[in-house]
Amino acid sequence: MAYIDPHIHMVSRTTDDYQRMAQAGCVAITEPAFWAGFDRSSSQGFFDYFRQLTDTEPKRASNYGINHHCWLCINPKEAEDVGFAREVIGIIPDFIECDNVLGIGEIGLNKNSKNELIILEEQLALAESLNQLVLVHTPHLEDKLKGTMLIMDAIENTSLSPDRVLIDHVEEHTVRAVLDRGYWAGMTLYPDSKCTPQRAADIIEMHGTDRLWINSAGDWGPSDPLAVPKCRLELASRGHSPSLIDTISFHNPQSFLSQSGKFSVN
Amino acid sequence: MPTNEMNQTEVIDRYFLEHRAKVLDIAAFLDRIDRCNGKDVDFRIEALQQCIKELQSDTEGRAERILLLLSDHSIEPIDEAGTKGASGAVPPAP
Repeated sequence: MAYIDPHIHMVSRTTDDYQRMAQAGCVAITEPAFWAGFDRSSSQGFFDYFRQLTDTEPKRASNYGINHHCWLCINPKEAEDVGFAREVIGIIPDFIECDNVLGIGEIGLNKNSKNELIILEEQLALAESLNQLVLVHTPHLEDKLKGTMLIMDAIENTSLSPDRVLIDHVEEHTVRAVLDRGYWAGMTLYPDSKCTPQRAADIIEMHGTDRLWINSAGDWGPSDPLAVPKCRLELASRGHSPSLIDTISFHNPQSFLSQSGKFSVN
Repeated sequence: MPTNEMNQTEVIDRYFLEHRAKVLDIAAFLDRIDRCNGKDVDFRIEALQQCIKELQSDTEGRAERILLLLSDHSIEPIDEAGTKGASGAVPPAP
């Protein structure tokens, strides 16, 4: 019954959510750095945020038997100001050696702008130089298809190996291209945008389980921190085997994340 | 590929009412817009009407084709982000 939620923003969730996730079988999570819903006024805001991700949240999670890990970056929504973004990128090496930091993420694109792309490329270079895993955010809604292609092209201009990169928020129109180009793919289970648990189960039936995982991406907006166990239930109710369900919600994230050398489950 | 163990009738039995409700939601949404008596053409509703036509297809892959209908197919980065949000359909060129 154990599962991993490999993408959730617990800084935006209550301890009640940790408790419910633990009761549902969550044993480990990873928390990418993201947009807080407002633009930070200085790079020092990110210094404090990275302290929260590397010190405060692991302690909160451990009270519920959940191992907390994180990813560091400047997110694409705050990347339009290149000078500001570079200040934040300059802070990342100070935290990268922390025990629970798995890599650089969630980097990517939001509106597919030139400045977003510049900062994406600079963070890919940082991941290269520090030999880090990469977790990629793909854009929302009408911008996803174009952004996913631009992101994969940018990664392929680096020496990063696709099997050390997870491209998140795939849907029916992007999943095949991501998998065919050798990347890992994440399906985010959201009530209104991205995938529902039912559509994620459909995608698994159409594309298999290889290099694919599910996550809740629970945050401060419409989202569900129990989306992963709900998708597990959807798969079980369709008659899928416990082995398949564990592959998609435990073994696959464990395999990808263990490449960091820092990922652990209780 | 992994296949679920439900036959056609079981799939319909299980999911029909949920999707009947979703179709009614779309119908009621379009009625709600009509009651506003607005004259403007909205690109999002035009896109939705295209998606509804796609639902009439009898070929598998409707979800992917609808997502493609709702996607920006340009390939070059834009000059400036301008906004952080997305509309859900491709806005007309300014």
